[in-house]
Amino acid sequence: MKAELFVPGGPARGPALVLDQPISFWGGVDPATGRISDVRHPQYGQPVTGTVLFVPATIGSSSASAVLMELVHRERAPAAIVLHAPDAILLLGLVVAREMGWPAPPAVKLDRAFHWRFRGRQVCVDEAGVIDAL
Amino acid sequence: MVLALNPEERAMAAGERGAGTAMAMRIVAESARLLGAARLIPIASAHIDGALYHGDSGTLFAERLVDGKAKVAVRATLNVGALDLAGGCRVRLEGRQRAMAQRMMQAYRAMGCEPTWTCAPYQAGHRPAIGSDVAWGESNAVAFCNSVLGARTNRYGDFLDIACAITGRAPDVGLHRPENRRAEIVFDLSRLPNAYLESEIAWPVLGSLYGREIGEAVGVVAGVAAHPGEDALKGFGAAAASSGAVGLFHVAGITPEAPDVATAGGGETPGRRIIVTREMVANAQQRLSTAQAPERIDAVAIGSPHLSLDEIARLEQLIAGRRLRVPLYACTGRHVVEALDRQARRKPLEASGVTFVADTCVVVTPIMADIPSGVLMTNSGKFAHYAPGNTGYDVLYGSLDDCVESAVSGRPRLGDEMPGR
Repeated sequence: MKAELFVPGGPARGPALVLDQPISFWGGVDPATGRISDVRHPQYGQPVTGTVLFVPATIGSSSASAVLMELVHRERAPAAIVLHAPDAILLLGLVVAREMGWPAPPAVKLDRAFHWRFRGRQVCVDEAGVIDAL
Repeated sequence: MVLALNPEERAMAAGERGAGTAMAMRIVAESARLLGAARLIPIASAHIDGALYHGDSGTLFAERLVDGKAKVAVRATLNVGALDLAGGCRVRLEGRQRAMAQRMMQAYRAMGCEPTWTCAPYQAGHRPAIGSDVAWGESNAVAFCNSVLGARTNRYGDFLDIACAITGRAPDVGLHRPENRRAEIVFDLSRLPNAYLESEIAWPVLGSLYGREIGEAVGVVAGVAAHPGEDALKGFGAAAASSGAVGLFHVAGITPEAPDVATAGGGETPGRRIIVTREMVANAQQRLSTAQAPERIDAVAIGSPHLSLDEIARLEQLIAGRRLRVPLYACTGRHVVEALDRQARRKPLEASGVTFVADTCVVVTPIMADIPSGVLMTNSGKFAHYAPGNTGYDVLYGSLDDCVESAVSGRPRLGDEMPGR
């Protein structure tokens, strides 16, 4: 399935982690461990590291970019990030990581209608932004 | 949409003002491209949320800018850092982490940012003019700046805020454009008792509900008879920007772009209406607490956003010289702590057991003791949202009055907050 490329960085592959609810990366993902740390989030405790992370929407803090960049720097980031709309705060973490010369995961845009399609699957995202189940 | 840079912007990107400014311009331009902006616009000021230590990456970024001789081109205040420089508490960051946090704070100073170290810059003398374009970070500050001051900012993430401040530019999208500031939803409070809307506890609870219901849309709050005060709007916006992605809210008859509901809607009353009931409010209040009927509390934290002098005055009245049994962390900015020092009001509060946390707060850096299954009581919707994940404490939400009484006795007291419930 062709998705629009927000930030290049592929190819990437990993298990799909399809978030059930919006998330604030700051206060919602531990930058040291890569685990979801918001106790009110349905996927509390799950690691985002190495996953193809499907994010329905982001909420909350403007420090999401800092948390994502720290995950990249510690090599705890998702393998790829899939969004429905450009999220300037989150994507900035990847943009700045690339400026710093750190290998950052790709981010792509997928229509909201396909948010659940890859649940439970191994997924790859190629350099052109094509998402496929393995 | 293809982004077009003007000659001055192209010169910055080409490095004519140094490598730091060039990097900042690349970041601004790349963000503009991602957001579909056709151009950049000049900004009048910035509020920088990027100086809080989350790990070494942010420090290395700031130092890269400093090495490239970057300086801010507009007034830029700083949000909280990870260390308390002006207050009275010990932050439990040690060794390398403390050194990196310190280096980060120094790097932002070196670029010419003002050491305000507060998440309530709008109460520390930074109040941009109505209609002016600015680039602010920190979700509560963004909501306040747009909604209460009527200045125009998007929700700037860490790193883009400082990049905008250095270049003096921001992408021309989103809330900078008048057509995107119109309310699409009415958040109707007319069924709630006026007495409730006049209570201090109402606004963080309503904000939390608003954020969850509205997400990232622009809404107009209707049915508010009397101005609830600036601190109430501050608490509302902070809670709304925690549970949702709220950058701008209107309150009909209260905030500057909403003389009435129709004006806030750009000339017509928005088609969607959320009628807020007592049950919705009770449920929203319950959701702010994660502790289940605790028998004790281990700490109280107030001041997210940072306390104003008015809020400190209320705290003084409620404590009334009594001694607290559990620590009460009062988070505020140096603009308030310095005023309290001048007026000799700080020591009496500290003698009662209040710990002033300045320049930072208890959910962004390790301050409170590590207590397994500890219970934190707060009157802040934002603390209630973030404390469980960031501190490990369970949260009990209550009014400031209840927080103080509970701190005095060490046992939770919760009043009946919703009249008629």
